[in-house]
Amino acid sequence: MTDAIRAEGLVKRFKGQTALGGVDLTARTGAVLGVLGPNGSGKTTTVRILSTLLQPDSGHATVGGYDVVREPHQVRRQIGLTGQYAAVDEDLSGTQNLVLIARLLGFSRPAARARSAELLDHFVLSFAADRPAKTYSGGMRRRLDLAASLVGRPSLLYLDEPTTGLDPHSRNELWDVVRSLVGEGVTVLLTTQYLEEADQLADDIAVLDRGKVISRGAPDELKARAGAQVLQVRPVESARLEQVARIVEAVTASEVRSGEGTANASVTDTAVMPEVVRRLDDEGIEVSELTLRRPSLDEVFLALTGHTAQTAPEGESNDDGASGAAETERTPA
Amino acid sequence: MSAVETAEPGERTAAPVVTPRITPLSAAQHGALLTWRSLLKIKRNPEEILGLTFMPLMFVALFVFVFGEAMMGDWQAYRDLITPGIIAQSVIFATIGTGVALNTDIEKGIFDRFRSLPVARSAPLIGAILGDLVRYLLTVIMVLLVAVAIGYRPEGGVIGVVAAIAVVMSFAFALCWLSAFMGLLLRTPMAVNIFGSVWMFPLTFGSSAFVPTDRMPGFMQTFAEVNPVTHVIDAMRELLAGEAVGDSLLWVLVWIVVISAVFFPLATRAYRRRT
Ligand SMILES: Nc1ncnc2c1ncn2[C@@H]1O[C@H](COP(=O)(O)OP(=O)(O)OP(=O)(O)O)[C@@H](O)[C@H]1O
Ligand SMILES: [Mg+2]
Repeated sequence: MTDAIRAEGLVKRFKGQTALGGVDLTARTGAVLGVLGPNGSGKTTTVRILSTLLQPDSGHATVGGYDVVREPHQVRRQIGLTGQYAAVDEDLSGTQNLVLIARLLGFSRPAARARSAELLDHFVLSFAADRPAKTYSGGMRRRLDLAASLVGRPSLLYLDEPTTGLDPHSRNELWDVVRSLVGEGVTVLLTTQYLEEADQLADDIAVLDRGKVISRGAPDELKARAGAQVLQVRPVESARLEQVARIVEAVTASEVRSGEGTANASVTDTAVMPEVVRRLDDEGIEVSELTLRRPSLDEVFLALTGHTAQTAPEGESNDDGASGAAETERTPA
Repeated sequence: MSAVETAEPGERTAAPVVTPRITPLSAAQHGALLTWRSLLKIKRNPEEILGLTFMPLMFVALFVFVFGEAMMGDWQAYRDLITPGIIAQSVIFATIGTGVALNTDIEKGIFDRFRSLPVARSAPLIGAILGDLVRYLLTVIMVLLVAVAIGYRPEGGVIGVVAAIAVVMSFAFALCWLSAFMGLLLRTPMAVNIFGSVWMFPLTFGSSAFVPTDRMPGFMQTFAEVNPVTHVIDAMRELLAGEAVGDSLLWVLVWIVVISAVFFPLATRAYRRRT
């Protein structure tokens, strides 16, 4: 099977500042490639180059076998783009937005209307079809924007941080949309800062940090690479989570992260398990879950970059990033 | 999920169908569609409708009834003098909107959306400009209607009116490239608006629009007499009054050529850079 996207050595500088320092990416046809990175790591720049909106300073990329610089027209015939910020025309209604795009893509007037109605219906926007998009909520705009990128039934879809700013319910809906598109054979390149999102959706993940791919592989491979295991404890009564966290911290002697009803801590020595069980028992805390698991992507990112995704330091020198890359850029087995 | 059903995976990627780039015909269709888009906005924006209707009404009424008697002792005579000036001024100010709209579309990523589609690259620009030409024309017609409503009767008849409209529209078309250039160069719509106004105020008021130039002090008179807007207004006056057309029309043509020759290439180059 051919690769839908093949990018080699993409470099992009803005006024002397290097946004991309040689990015290599491959997206397998029909798969989801997750590009994971914190703010300013170059996700949007990568997407813009691969969708022909921006030309790289060096390096080259093909999309569906066509060169993004030399054959942009052929590339555009295959792609759908949902940018980081919804690009809907606020003065036009939902219907008008979609009809315009369909007509630009060569649909006849009735076909454009039909396609637009179909998409509005699918994205639960029919009730607001004739309202100007400026009256839409943020989530509705996102859905309209996504619908706009699907008008031409693209075989390759770019989603640049599609769930940033969505509530959990809308986020889950969007994940379902992505999954069903993939089920129909669409290749998806998805950028995200949410490690859970990449874990949920992506078949392959490329971790981007300061304009470089510092790690790549399947979600499980990435997790394996981070090494240590994580002990996760979930008390039956969530009110006792704090108490559990204190016990785990005392036994494992490592920092405990609590969230979603569980206490988590990295462990190197699995012998701590019985000790934790005994202490919980002593204090009469019932637990519904006590597991040793592979680290989540959040924890992987911390291990790979030395900083968490949320707190990427802006001013830190690039040398650290480069040496970090040397250590972690290993081809998965 | 049939609603978002897409092409079979191999259908578009595997078969390298060699498609013609973009035919001139489809480029024209794209341009027409994007003109339609630009015009749809008029209906949606109360401020645009206000700009197109209330502003001409207010300008004509205020200038004629406030300054008329004082300037010429007779508001009817002043009305006849300044109607061409108000038309020109309204259209020239309307050209600022071209740059503002372009800038807004780029900032909001609308042009990126179009550019990610197999659409002629020039189409968004052409659509924006053509849509604005329709706006300029509506502005001209509105001012004329208001003037006629308070008794303005151009001697030049239909031919004179059509010729005068053609003159001011051609000038506006040249000027819209200046505005487009600013819209593509500056960072925010607000900056385009301010920068545009900075040019347009001296050009319109420092002309023969409201006061005969020989009543101005020396330096102002010099400025007003080389000012292209003065030539546009003088040519319109002659055409509307059905008088013999003098040098002013020639000067207007020269200015149209000069402005277009400078700003059309600058604007299209800025467009290629920015988009
Ligand atoms: N048009 C531009 N002009 C100047 N610098 C830019 C431009 N676009 C991006 N950059 C810079 O390039 C770097 C990468 O930006 P990019 O937008 O690709 O990051 P990102 O990963 O998408 O970030 P975010 O998560 O915040 O969207 C940043 O340092 C940014 O400041
Ligand atoms: Mg981004």
